[in-house]
Amino acid sequence: MDILDIFLSASFWAATIRIACPLIFATLGELICERAGVLNLGIEGIMTAGAMAGWMWVYQGGDLIGGIVFAAFIGALFGLLHAQFTVILGVSQHVTGIGITMLASSLSYFVFNMLLPITTTPPKVVPFQTIDAGPLANLPFVGEVFFQHTFFTYLAFALVPMVIYILYKTPLGLALRTAGENPSSLESQGISVFVIRTIAVMFGSSLMAVGGAYLTISAFDAFYFGMINGRGWICIALVIFASWQPGKALLGALLFAGLDAMQVRMQLQLGTFIPYQVFLMLPYLLSIAAMVIVARKAKYPKALLQPFRRGERN
Amino acid sequence: MQFEAREHTPVAFLLIVPLVAVLCSMLLASLLIIWAGQSPLQGFALIFKGAFGSSFAITETLAKTTPLIFTGLAAAVAFKAKFWNIGGEGQLYCGALAVTWLGTGIVDLPPILMIPFLILVGMIAGATILMLPVFLKNQLKVDEVVTTLLLNFIILLFVGYCLEGPLKDPMSMGWPQAAPIIDSGIFPTLIERSRLHLGLIFALLAAVIIWAIFRFTLWGFEIRAQGLNATASHHAGINSNWTIFKVALLSGGLAGLAGVSEVAGLKGYLTLDISPGYGYTGIAVAMLANLHPIGVVFSALFLASIFVGADFMGRSIGVPNFIADIMVASSVLCILIGLLLCKYRIRFNSSRLKQVIS
Repeated sequence: MDILDIFLSASFWAATIRIACPLIFATLGELICERAGVLNLGIEGIMTAGAMAGWMWVYQGGDLIGGIVFAAFIGALFGLLHAQFTVILGVSQHVTGIGITMLASSLSYFVFNMLLPITTTPPKVVPFQTIDAGPLANLPFVGEVFFQHTFFTYLAFALVPMVIYILYKTPLGLALRTAGENPSSLESQGISVFVIRTIAVMFGSSLMAVGGAYLTISAFDAFYFGMINGRGWICIALVIFASWQPGKALLGALLFAGLDAMQVRMQLQLGTFIPYQVFLMLPYLLSIAAMVIVARKAKYPKALLQPFRRGERN
Repeated sequence: MQFEAREHTPVAFLLIVPLVAVLCSMLLASLLIIWAGQSPLQGFALIFKGAFGSSFAITETLAKTTPLIFTGLAAAVAFKAKFWNIGGEGQLYCGALAVTWLGTGIVDLPPILMIPFLILVGMIAGATILMLPVFLKNQLKVDEVVTTLLLNFIILLFVGYCLEGPLKDPMSMGWPQAAPIIDSGIFPTLIERSRLHLGLIFALLAAVIIWAIFRFTLWGFEIRAQGLNATASHHAGINSNWTIFKVALLSGGLAGLAGVSEVAGLKGYLTLDISPGYGYTGIAVAMLANLHPIGVVFSALFLASIFVGADFMGRSIGVPNFIADIMVASSVLCILIGLLLCKYRIRFNSSRLKQVIS
């Protein structure tokens, strides 16, 4: 089996779509925060919290959709906390983000340990099942690639046009983008920058948490320590790679997921010649490479990282 | 709500702020201890007992303080120049790896030379790996936050590879660990039958040196100027790329030193778990000290005692020891508010409201 065979196998494309989902959620979440002018480095911790919250909801007997909603709610809470610091008080977005990541992940582990003290084998839940697509699922190739996925997977892809619509076609989206480009002009329209940015960070954070929950209640069926494993940081790189555009973010996430799926398959072939760690490094190396490619012409939202204070010149 | 810049910050403020931040994080921790069905007072008593209750406990706490001083200084130096080096963890492992490579037999010198040699090697290794993000930032304007963060994962995987491959100790019975550092390279212990080693002295020395650099040298001034106002310092003729380069050398070197001290001081050999996130905790250490090098020593001691104490509490009454991380994280967030109050006076005036009403 060589590279061509990998490209021709339906399972490769199906895996690409699955791997892309958590990245799509979290990248869009980060993108929304940054478009409003707030860098959210809490992403890694918020994803962990979402993964734990969604899983725990289902484990305690809740239904799967409830798990998504609960994860989103927890994410929004951390987003609110982040916004209190970075938007209302205007303190360092870098340090707040790192603090939130530390707080959210340690709280998740604490809660997990409290509710399930003895865990020799990680407890499992019944995750989302493949939607029955009828005859479509039996189509050769196309069936396996597109029609054997869970509800959660389709939700991720449906989210992209929704975010594009909100960002570019609604007054809220315009206000959000203005908050990230030129906050004083938004304020002069009588719209509070604080409110818009807070909404953006809360909504963005809830998407990150949902991305985390995808891992525990759709892709896998258990929560374990360190399971986000840098995915959040990769999403921050993806936002830059996508130059802050949701469409390109989808493309970036798919590209990235494809390379990741490829990496796993190459590992099976070349694992005897090349140490497996090299393959595991690839996602991180690729993220750095992706940032390098676009860095020179990256168009940061102009007010990114700048706290807004009424009556101060920005 | 309005922010008024303060002309002067009362000195008392700067001292009280960390204390209040710590109290707030203790408040949060109390809630969690109550949830775990224990009394918070007993919990904190156990944390204190675990950290300072016996001479053994004290030496353990000080042993844990050592790497935190190094990584705390690494973060403080970098953050002072607003260079967001979040890669302390990776640089720590680079230092540890380099020391393992050269300290397990390839080079054999008498202790008086061997220890400084290993320190130098570790610092160079830590600084070198940070050069990649610096190069990308200075030359290509790639954000250093993400590159330093991602490098942590890459380096950890590389260390994992080395421990299973080229650096694996053939005597390790299959465990992924490296051969021990040769005797002449091992830091002597400070107190017999304890794990407290010479690294602590080096850490204290490092703090004083960094303090002196900030306080008395032109370089220190440049770093502070760069951090306070990059545009102004640029117009004053300070070459920002060059300043960042030097800051990174220092910051990476310090983080590398943490790795040296853990391998050659505490453990004696390299494993994949020599650092339970010291690089990340270093950021908390630096923030809690308001980036002051001498303050770093105290905040490192404080956080180390929380970690050691929380472990003890976890073993005694079964409160998960993640509570230590929660306290660290929440005190970082609280200190941010405190430092804001040092710089600004917040007025909740209702003039705007009155305007609207009239």
